[in-house]
Amino acid sequence: MQLPSSQEIIEDLEFFDDWEQKYQYIIDLGKALPRLDDAQKTPERLVKGCQSSVWLVISMDGDKIHFEVDSDAVIVHGLLALVMAAYNDKTPAEITAFDIDEYFEALDLERHITPTRGNGLRAIVGKIQHLAAQHGG
Amino acid sequence: MSFDVAAIRAEFPILSQTVDGKPLVYLDNGATTQKPQVVIDSLVDFYTQCNANVHRGAHQLSDEATRRYENARDQVARFINAANRNEVIWTSGTTEGINLVAKGLAQQLEAGDEVVVTEMEHHANLVTWQQACLQSGATLRVAPIFDNGELDLETFRAYLGPNTRMVAFPHVSNALGTVNPVKELTAMAKAYGALVLVDGAQGIAHGDVDVQALGCDFYAFSGHKVFGPTGIGVLWGKQAVLENWPVWLTGGEMIADVTYQNATWGALPNRLEAGTPNIAGAIGLGRALEWFSQLDVAAVQAHEKALIDSAMTQAADIQGMRLIGTAQNKIGILSFVMDSAHPADIGFILDRQGIAIRTGDNCAQPLMHRLGINGTARASFSLYNTLDEVSAFFAGLRKAQTMLG
Ligand SMILES: Cc1ncc(COP(=O)(O)O)c(C=O)c1O
Repeated sequence: MQLPSSQEIIEDLEFFDDWEQKYQYIIDLGKALPRLDDAQKTPERLVKGCQSSVWLVISMDGDKIHFEVDSDAVIVHGLLALVMAAYNDKTPAEITAFDIDEYFEALDLERHITPTRGNGLRAIVGKIQHLAAQHGG
Repeated sequence: MSFDVAAIRAEFPILSQTVDGKPLVYLDNGATTQKPQVVIDSLVDFYTQCNANVHRGAHQLSDEATRRYENARDQVARFINAANRNEVIWTSGTTEGINLVAKGLAQQLEAGDEVVVTEMEHHANLVTWQQACLQSGATLRVAPIFDNGELDLETFRAYLGPNTRMVAFPHVSNALGTVNPVKELTAMAKAYGALVLVDGAQGIAHGDVDVQALGCDFYAFSGHKVFGPTGIGVLWGKQAVLENWPVWLTGGEMIADVTYQNATWGALPNRLEAGTPNIAGAIGLGRALEWFSQLDVAAVQAHEKALIDSAMTQAADIQGMRLIGTAQNKIGILSFVMDSAHPADIGFILDRQGIAIRTGDNCAQPLMHRLGINGTARASFSLYNTLDEVSAFFAGLRKAQTMLG
């Protein structure tokens, strides 16, 4: 499965009416999102949550920022796919302009993205936004 | 007396909640327990009827607040069978109680002294002693556990010696559920004249703590894990030990005489209770313990044993589920990992079914490493949980397995 765009994800999720289907979709998205090699999971790339860990690898591709991510938990990996759909291979300006809170709200998943969840997702979003700002976005 | 779990549940308003339309199944009691209505009422009553500072006002409200607050100290003393009400020191919780002891002892420890803890410590009872040792040059010795989560008693004994100044261990392990033989361990430490601190955070809610019978010097616990409010706890200590214990926090309430250049300390319990205390919290905790002690302890324990036994039996039927902590004497806690799913994933899917558990390192990172894992999923039971809830948990777990598989 090819990773859909953020707009497609919103539309797909709207289509489901029970949580099981939603979560199955997120799990499947996670399966479609490539994982990192163990060698890439270095401590400096680790964003540690108290319940699960995520890794973020950053590279520039022309004027776009390219991310590779991984998580040790399947659902968190799926949630990372949602974040990647929004941010990956975008310019710093596009990243800064994207309203991530509105996006999460539209996905009806805010509960899982709150800072208190401790799964590292909020921290990843913060890192990406900070990076974009540093690159003039 | 007997035990009617439905009647008990009816006393806890939160338990009738639904989460996403499903009945709440609260299995995170190791983190904190829910509060019966009488405890909630005691907080409301305090603020609506007699809020005032204690021990200082020359007025009726303050007298009433002080009376209720000191009455709560009596309730605690009775509950743990303290020899004397002055042995009950209010703290903000287990963590502060352990710190009060460790910060005091750190002033006296020196190189060559030894502090013994176990591999199953919560960070609260590990980092505190580790730092006291780092500051003072004393040596921290960590007594090993077996792979099933039981303490290796022979090695524990071998770690003790004439240089042992303090021995600290949990009554019940929060990560494994292991119930330690507190009396036996204490007797071993006492053979060398060491002080003994018991981390009672998980032990207090399971029944009959009798600090005099245990023989230890200190027993620390948190109100919120025994049906009381957050932000209040107790450090119990033997009067003879507490009387000369180095003070850690200084300020109002704890002094006798003060000049600009010097101060002398008041008598117990105040000398170890600097500043305005958590008055409402103390009253709420007293009420919680009074409520708890009206139950039939043997029946409560039998009920909790039925819950964990049922959980252990059902766990044996789940493929790919590995229990972390299978001590003979185990209570209240089912920690586990699954072959095919990360604890966080299990937590997510149970949460969607209204089932609340804990996932992660259980505030015991070194223990997780010792066991070769990063963390666990943990269901922890309290007296108001039912056998149906245990079964609901396993049904939820099977669903998680199917979805994540
Ligand atoms: C065994 C143990 N010790 C200490 C603590 C710390 O308790 P508190 O955070 O209430 O101070 C806990 C609570 O999680 C615990 O389970």
